[in-house]
Amino acid sequence: MINMYEVAETNKMIEQENLDVRTITLGISLLDCIDSDINKLNQNIYEKISRIANNLVQTGKDIEKEFGIPIVNKRISVTPIALVGGSACKSIEDFASIAKTLDKVAKEVGVNFLGGYSALVSKGMTKADELLIRSIPLALSQTERVCSSVNLGSTKTGINMDAVKLMGEIVIQTAEYTKDNDSLGCAKLVVFCNAPDDNPFMAGSFHGVTEADAIINVGVSGPGVVKTALEKVRGENFEVLCETIKKTAFKITRVGQLVAQEASQRMGIPFGIIDLSLAPTPAIGDSVADILCEIGLEMAGAPGTTAALALLNDQVKKGGVMASSYVGGLSGAFIPVSEDQGMIDAVIAGALTLEKLEAMTCVCSVGLDMIAIPGDTKATTISGIIADEMAIGMINQKTTAVRIIPVIGKGVGETVEFGGLLGYAPIMPVNRFSCDAFINRGGRIPAPIHSFKN
Amino acid sequence: MKKTIITVVGKDTVGIIAKVCTYLAENKINILDISQTIVQDYFNMMMIVDMNEATKPFGEICDDLTEAGEKIGVLIKCQREDIFDKMHRI
Repeated sequence: MINMYEVAETNKMIEQENLDVRTITLGISLLDCIDSDINKLNQNIYEKISRIANNLVQTGKDIEKEFGIPIVNKRISVTPIALVGGSACKSIEDFASIAKTLDKVAKEVGVNFLGGYSALVSKGMTKADELLIRSIPLALSQTERVCSSVNLGSTKTGINMDAVKLMGEIVIQTAEYTKDNDSLGCAKLVVFCNAPDDNPFMAGSFHGVTEADAIINVGVSGPGVVKTALEKVRGENFEVLCETIKKTAFKITRVGQLVAQEASQRMGIPFGIIDLSLAPTPAIGDSVADILCEIGLEMAGAPGTTAALALLNDQVKKGGVMASSYVGGLSGAFIPVSEDQGMIDAVIAGALTLEKLEAMTCVCSVGLDMIAIPGDTKATTISGIIADEMAIGMINQKTTAVRIIPVIGKGVGETVEFGGLLGYAPIMPVNRFSCDAFINRGGRIPAPIHSFKN
Repeated sequence: MKKTIITVVGKDTVGIIAKVCTYLAENKINILDISQTIVQDYFNMMMIVDMNEATKPFGEICDDLTEAGEKIGVLIKCQREDIFDKMHRI
């Protein structure tokens, strides 16, 4: 039988160490909503999401209450809209009208983000894909809760450099369209290499075409719990360190598994995966950078950071896989800048640069995340940063991503405030040398040799 | 049978257990196990209860207990046992 010590340990994690379930994300396929008439399509989408997601928020709240564990976000992901809108949308305004429908239904069912305003163009772009991509600035400036993502490459297909070039321009344009809000639109836009179909975390969540009609995916969190556990093993060797991370990750993930099963059962929707990520928030004590410091670094970004992050990421996975029947999504440690107080401090102190962050993305769960850069950065430079990140993902067979915010009207030394979970960020300098000729070549980078495993 | 864990933490005072137990009895909640300690004047109690016959829905019982706790200056939490079981048992 459960004893007092165990109950106290769990409740301490929740009350003092910010243990929470970061998100219950309901994936909904919109493939059966497709129609050649844009009005009919919008209506179908509205009706399907309203019907399926109707009790998502209430179910989340009920579980929260019964188990005493906060479930921070309830969210929805949908089939990439480029596929859904292909037949009906003839202009960027048509696509943007779908974004408005998604925004409206998101507000009505009470979710804080809805992901899937997406296109998958890792090898080539259809006309619909390109139209959707070109509509992103308009869509994100006219909506509040819609998130957009574009998959630009994969280990199997190589990198679509035409799309990389286009996305550099789209990121700048999105920043321009939302400049009155510190270019907030770019915080809701992410590009991927090897994007997973079942990621529950925003902004990159979408409901892949390989998925069932509806599915529940859950993202767990808990950097504060890992940090506290590591405080007790200061000075111990790596074996002890790794064991401690593994055990803690196991406990965190078990809670996620419980919540996922309960939500799935109560909503009558199958359980998909647990994403066992360490996802920081700007709250004090909820930081991945603080874990790196606890492992033994003065600041995130100091020499040794990549090694520390690599072991952290790996041990989180090792501990987590045994705790859940299905693990998927991004799973690992996120290293966003604006959403992590320790990372913000490291940037301000000069310990952490864009180049070091890039190195860290080789071993973290995703990529360059929530990084504010000067608003006058050239589109080709952003494409160059994206291309570098895509190459890391392609060669290392991992998911990588870029969510970068050129803040219009602001420069290095200034700060930008996004609010809420998105946090705030100091604007980081970008290498000023040009990569125009590289980006303007056009075409695609072939898949690497180790992708030919057939 | 779905078991529920009730935890009470706060400054020790007369009648904490009485208060909680009376409420549970009034609402047909059966107590299966109680453990309690006092550490540096702080009262710590854990109860395992069976709510199958309870006369009110789970959410309402939670709110009532929290409210009762506030009146006597202690924090009362009411959670399904599963969360502890999942975390601490393989």
